[in-house]
Amino acid sequence: MLELLVAICLSLALIVYALTGGADFGGGMWDLLARGPRAARQREAIADAIGPIWEANHVWLILVVVLLFAGFPSGFAAIMTALNIPVTVMLIGIVLRGSAFVFRKYDSRADEVQRRWSTVFGAASFFTPLFQGVIVGALATGQIRVVNGHVGSGFFAAWLTPFALGCGVFALGLFAFLAATYLTVDTRDQPDLQDDFRRRALLSGLLLGPVAGAVFLTSKLGAPELFHGLTRWWAPLLLGLTSVFAIGALVALWRRRFAAARIAAIGQVTLILVGWSLSQYPDIVTPDVTIGNAHAPDVTLRLLLLALGAGALVLFPSLAFLFHIFKGRRTASATE
Amino acid sequence: MNDFVFARSQMAMSLAFHIVFAALGIGMPLLMAIAEGLYLRTSQPVYLELSKRWSRGTAILFAVGAVSGTVLSFELGLLWPGFMEQAGAIIGMPFSLEGFAFFIEAIFIGVYLYGWDRLSPLVHWLSGVVVAVSGTLSGILVVTANAWMNSPAGFKVVDGRFTETDPIAAMLNPASFHEVLHMTLAAFVAAGFAVAAVHAFFVLRDRHSLFHRSALAIALAVGCVSIPLQILSGDLSSRAVGRLQPAKLAAMEALYHTQAGAPVLIGGVPNDARRTTDYAIHIPRGLSFLLTADPDARVVGLDEFSESDWPNVRVVHWSFDIMVASGTLMLALALWSGWLWSRRKRLADQPWLLRALVAAGPLGFVAIEAGWVVTEVGRQPWIIYGVTRTTEAVTPMPWLVVPFIAFTGLYVVLAFIVVFLLRRLFLETPGRVTEPSPDSGRA
Repeated sequence: MLELLVAICLSLALIVYALTGGADFGGGMWDLLARGPRAARQREAIADAIGPIWEANHVWLILVVVLLFAGFPSGFAAIMTALNIPVTVMLIGIVLRGSAFVFRKYDSRADEVQRRWSTVFGAASFFTPLFQGVIVGALATGQIRVVNGHVGSGFFAAWLTPFALGCGVFALGLFAFLAATYLTVDTRDQPDLQDDFRRRALLSGLLLGPVAGAVFLTSKLGAPELFHGLTRWWAPLLLGLTSVFAIGALVALWRRRFAAARIAAIGQVTLILVGWSLSQYPDIVTPDVTIGNAHAPDVTLRLLLLALGAGALVLFPSLAFLFHIFKGRRTASATE
Repeated sequence: MNDFVFARSQMAMSLAFHIVFAALGIGMPLLMAIAEGLYLRTSQPVYLELSKRWSRGTAILFAVGAVSGTVLSFELGLLWPGFMEQAGAIIGMPFSLEGFAFFIEAIFIGVYLYGWDRLSPLVHWLSGVVVAVSGTLSGILVVTANAWMNSPAGFKVVDGRFTETDPIAAMLNPASFHEVLHMTLAAFVAAGFAVAAVHAFFVLRDRHSLFHRSALAIALAVGCVSIPLQILSGDLSSRAVGRLQPAKLAAMEALYHTQAGAPVLIGGVPNDARRTTDYAIHIPRGLSFLLTADPDARVVGLDEFSESDWPNVRVVHWSFDIMVASGTLMLALALWSGWLWSRRKRLADQPWLLRALVAAGPLGFVAIEAGWVVTEVGRQPWIIYGVTRTTEAVTPMPWLVVPFIAFTGLYVVLAFIVVFLLRRLFLETPGRVTEPSPDSGRA
């Protein structure tokens, strides 16, 4: 019971990370893809939107890791061993993205210098979430085998499969869509930029459908347990609801109801990830590591939940304060 | 070299890199908050300018510290899965609390850096105080996890399995108090002296610069208040190590033979084969006196332990001496500054002191790096002292030379860029606040 609660918290933290930190990566993707006469202003709008919040959003990932190694230590050890290579690549991406973003802000304003940092920032914003998707996808393939606490499937199993790579691409699409949708709200005082991001949101939102379909199809062979989960009784219900949000987001974007579009997009991504978590339940690494066999002793789980509760009491008001200051409705221009 | 050596090298390199940013991440927000607090009290624009300038440096340092800290939290599993499997449930508690402290720090550093025009001055300053407090707290929590590795508590090992887990007892293990105290003060000392050195350099070039004089005064005050406390906490630490990890203490002091009236050995070349430390300066009975206040007390030497349980004596002993020497030099500078201050001299008019301060800039970080070598190399060959050997915890992953080279290269490049950007920031000395003002303090 306790382990289930910790696992739920872990899933929630991962979902919030996707919704916040994921969207910051999406911002970096649109930075790299900035084109046209307003490219510089697009970049500026992206930097203003993520500047004050990306450090905080990143901490959700730390929380995920900490909950994983404190709550499910043997699961953490197995994942870090079997997926050592993609995790290492993801970390290099995290270092490059964060550093390049802050270096760009404090380095010379010269175009050449700015462009160099933008390229590093943008490129890392692509391959970091790609590998994050690959890592999460690999867990469900069933190809990572753990026998007597030792990874028996080597260091290349699971993450080089079409299914895992498809998950990586899907993560890219999700984050790009989220970022573009959020940016339509962030640029409400600049209608031309808002239009740019509206087009990008519509485009990435539309592409998301076929990518999701492809991932679902590859899961039949590539992640049979997950596929099985996705065809359980509740799945059509969840799929229907997700579709309502997805279509709602696109319609709202089309009709320029950007605040509503943001809510619908958040709902859509949340439901996708909830569905994912439910299909994966009770596995952490399919099929050998489960919530049931990898969890820490009850005393640790109880303390973790206590810490989560107490932490939440401080965390959520602080987050509300942060988002109120920088994302609340006001017209003052963002400055340092 | 084999993969085990590369795993240890990568961990050591990652920690050595991160700790510089972690220490500045604790020290810089304190300096920022002091400067802005002075602005709120005195309304002198120089203090506002100073807190803004320092906050820009802090933004760079914090970002690099956050990402290199993220790398470390993953490396625990990438390099030492065997350790995390045993220890995760036991030391997860401080890490999860640290997660929240870091959350608060990251939230309020965003508020602080981007909120100059959006918040009332008081709320803005309070955000800076929250950054300083939560940064210090998250450092404290991480150090308790390291203390546990040195002085494991809160579990039992039955048939090779860890049972009777007590995460609270693990967090409050016997080494936590002295390690936390020593590291927190080290962060204040290192940040204080490093920042003082930068501004002393500019005061030497222009002793009327109110901006740099004010900066020097604040940074030096933080360093000078912290260093005597740090020396005392060092004394506390070494006595605790003598109690908890006698093999480490013996290596620190290069003491091969258990003896009554043990000397302090300064420098020298420890020789494991002959079990002597050649060419060292001896202070007879000094070690016995320092540890117990009794000059004839018996001190345990390395000969009480099997040689397979020894850390690398040379590395530990020399690092220990480097740390103590750095601390002593900084204490001397603090006394010099304090003496001048008590005689109401303007430090800006003391070129020799300023030059010494510039030269001493890196000493705090030298001491931190050397101190961590003492702690971590001194813990070897154990990853959990007396329980699990480091070799048992390493990942089965081959080709570890690749990530070692990748991260080393990455961090070297980052270090160069950070130095370049900070230099750029400092060279943009504000011109409008350089006029000498009659009531501007004595810095």
